[in-house]
Amino acid sequence: MKIKFPQWFYQLASPRWFYNFTGKLLPWFSIAAFLLLSVGMIWGLMFAPEDYQQGNSFRIIYVHVPSAILAQSCYMFMALAGAIGLIWKIKMAHVMAKSAAAFGASIAVMALATGAIWGKPTWGAWWVWDARLTAMLVLFFLYVGIIALHSAFENTQSADKASAVLALVGVVNIPIIKYSVEWWNTLHQPATFKVTEKPAMPPEMWMPLLVMVLGFYCFFAVILMSRARTEVLTREQKSSWVKELVMEKV
Amino acid sequence: MGAFESFTDFLQMGKHGLYVWLSYGLALLIFGYNIISVALAKRQFFSKAKRRLRREQTKS
Repeated sequence: MKIKFPQWFYQLASPRWFYNFTGKLLPWFSIAAFLLLSVGMIWGLMFAPEDYQQGNSFRIIYVHVPSAILAQSCYMFMALAGAIGLIWKIKMAHVMAKSAAAFGASIAVMALATGAIWGKPTWGAWWVWDARLTAMLVLFFLYVGIIALHSAFENTQSADKASAVLALVGVVNIPIIKYSVEWWNTLHQPATFKVTEKPAMPPEMWMPLLVMVLGFYCFFAVILMSRARTEVLTREQKSSWVKELVMEKV
Repeated sequence: MGAFESFTDFLQMGKHGLYVWLSYGLALLIFGYNIISVALAKRQFFSKAKRRLRREQTKS
């Protein structure tokens, strides 16, 4: 079986083409991220109704849930990029994986910290060794491990390969995070959004959440592309197109 | 304003003001960290690359 991707997908493997293409996309994603996040935050903070049980602390979900979802998607993206890099030896895939790792670690911190801050007024504790929370902590350690492993190598190619392998091994943690609330008796509540079911919240509550999730994904795209662009330039600095680009900036 | 009676009400968030504002502050901090670190890395690359190119040109 031969899978056929659109033309632009193949062209993304060329560093120069990637640099120019993302240069065009970046402003649009930046505007979308800024608008969605501002609207979502104001909506969630000021206009969403108070929860009858949790009061106003429930407003934390508008930063907690998107960051928790994104921390996992970002990990899957990184592992997939690592696999593509390992199998087809595509340099750009490793650039993407490396850029995703740095962002993922920061967003995992956001998910863990906002969860802890929400836990204090709701459960009465900042932290419990609950299955969901522990699996999320492992996700953060995986990100840190991958970043540390990458920086431990002098040679970029070896660093790319080693961190891709570690990222792939760590994928086992993703279903554990997802099903932790079903497999074990956890304090953490089940998912707020499910693809197959209608949300348990009223629309006034889940609509700002949806806006925030979209905003977080756009922000991810912006940071990922920006990081990858600088990484591409660094790796290709001996090529003539990068030299020309640098000369133009003088 | 919105779900609140007054601006003080909004700031206090019932009795959860500290938790809500701490969470949102932290989220903004992490957004800001990402934006700044990306911008710094870009600037650093260009200033280094410029110096290296100039060196190469004076040599040849």
